Amino acid sequence: MKKNAYIIACFVLLYAPIIILMVFSFNSLESTGVFGGFSLKWYESILQNEKAKEALINSLIIAVSSSLVATVIGTFAAIGISRLKNKFIKSSVMTVTNIPMVNPEIVTAVSMAFLFMGTLSTLKFIKSDDTLDMISLLIAHTTFGLPYVILSVLPKIKQMDKTQTEAALDLGCKPTQAFFKVELPQLLPGVLTGLIMAFTMSFDDFVISYFVRPKSTVQTLPLLIYSMTGKGTVTPDMYALSTFMIIAIFLLLVLANLAGSREEIQAKRQARKLKKQQEAKK
Amino acid sequence: MKKNSFMKQLASMPYYVWAIIFIIVPIGYVLYYAFTDSEGKFAGLDNFAIIEHYASTFSLSIMLAFIATVVCLLIGYPLALAISRTKPTTQKILIMLVMLPMWINFIIRTDSIAILLEKNGLLNSLLGNFGVSLELMDTRFAVIVGMVYDFLPYMVLPIYSVLTKLDVKLVEAATDLGCNSIQALTKVIMPLSLAGVVSGVTMVFVPCVSTFYISQRLGGANTYLIGDAIEARMLSISADYNKGATLSFVLMILIVVSTLIMNHYTDDDESVAAGGIM
Repeated sequence: MKKNAYIIACFVLLYAPIIILMVFSFNSLESTGVFGGFSLKWYESILQNEKAKEALINSLIIAVSSSLVATVIGTFAAIGISRLKNKFIKSSVMTVTNIPMVNPEIVTAVSMAFLFMGTLSTLKFIKSDDTLDMISLLIAHTTFGLPYVILSVLPKIKQMDKTQTEAALDLGCKPTQAFFKVELPQLLPGVLTGLIMAFTMSFDDFVISYFVRPKSTVQTLPLLIYSMTGKGTVTPDMYALSTFMIIAIFLLLVLANLAGSREEIQAKRQARKLKKQQEAKK
Repeated sequence: MKKNSFMKQLASMPYYVWAIIFIIVPIGYVLYYAFTDSEGKFAGLDNFAIIEHYASTFSLSIMLAFIATVVCLLIGYPLALAISRTKPTTQKILIMLVMLPMWINFIIRTDSIAILLEKNGLLNSLLGNFGVSLELMDTRFAVIVGMVYDFLPYMVLPIYSVLTKLDVKLVEAATDLGCNSIQALTKVIMPLSLAGVVSGVTMVFVPCVSTFYISQRLGGANTYLIGDAIEARMLSISADYNKGATLSFVLMILIVVSTLIMNHYTDDDESVAAGGIM
């Protein structure tokens, strides 16, 4: 009984502030202490806010493209890394891969800011600052998404049934065919997990986007939320925007889980079929 | 087959190039800026003189992060233990519930704490009914509350995952051999879950010690942390990239050293535990 009470108390502490924030996004008053009644006016104001629309579009463009690039590069990288025979090289590659995850975000952010300050200014043919900001954000987001892809694909490679690849090759598949028809489908769950992780990390990132281009005019949703909290007064339309972001992320998670459980169900079905076949043979 | 294997090595080439340009070179830039002056001349350790200037900032950051980590451990360990003792189906749901807040942007989470603590905020308007009013915002207390709230799930998850893998038979053996439940906890469960505690502690300590938003939003002018100093050096009008790089470099070293120390603990204890079991 004590145990359950403790669990419940912890969850109340974890969720109360967020729920209160969401409730205040429906406040008819411009207050964070008194609830004056239900109203959707803050949602109306955020829907008419051009900046918010722009930030949402930027966030989506960056999250979609950086997670796709990270997934392609990362999946192939994992395949190569798993084949590395030299232990020293392998562990050095893994150490470098882990750097963006182990380092404090602010240090990764500062290091990238230096890179873009130094290199991008030499690319004279890109004239618009907005394009430069966008490219920098894309590169930065791809970079911190990569370790998540690699680390979710690597274990799937270990679990992969190598005899199937050999069978495919023996039966006349070319290595590329064997890869796309036999190996990739087996890796797919890991690849998808990596993709979703990279997407959410990018959609949610604040610190790195904030530092990467000091004078950037390209805003993402977290950057916009930050500028709305500013120093001092916060208006409830920020809560409305936050509520929207929370719901968007939750929907993504539900989708990811549905995809996951579907795979599980299919795997179970296949296992059952195999069992039946074996029993029939006996 | 050999050709196949070669192709696969080639497949990871784009990543190696990417990692060199966008992970290693940027760190090289930090080193370059940390060891040169504003004109790009080698400055030796001159830049590191500012550490003295920021000594109180560093110690305050470490202190607040340390307190927040300890509080997270004190709340998180019992929570992980309690969850690991519920039914398997309940466990799945509870762990999902622990993970959900991790996906909410930390700016939003920090702000939800601000709603509670603000002068005209919810807590004070509730307390106002009893004629009490507390100045909670812009204090170090508020910063610690924010840190604990933001990063508690990062403490619970690794501890929980170690606890669920723990062999129940060992606990049964301990109780059979005369341990009471508290002894079983301190002498069997806790030592065996050390690896989870270590990774939880690192996962909470690192973002806490390097944060700048939590201290700005909840700590006001009273709490100036390393993160704030780096932000000021990189983004404000009085930006000084060499000093910003130096501070980042020192922060990085601090994290690497503390991670190594923490890892050292687990390695030792794991081998001891393994030896003990055998």
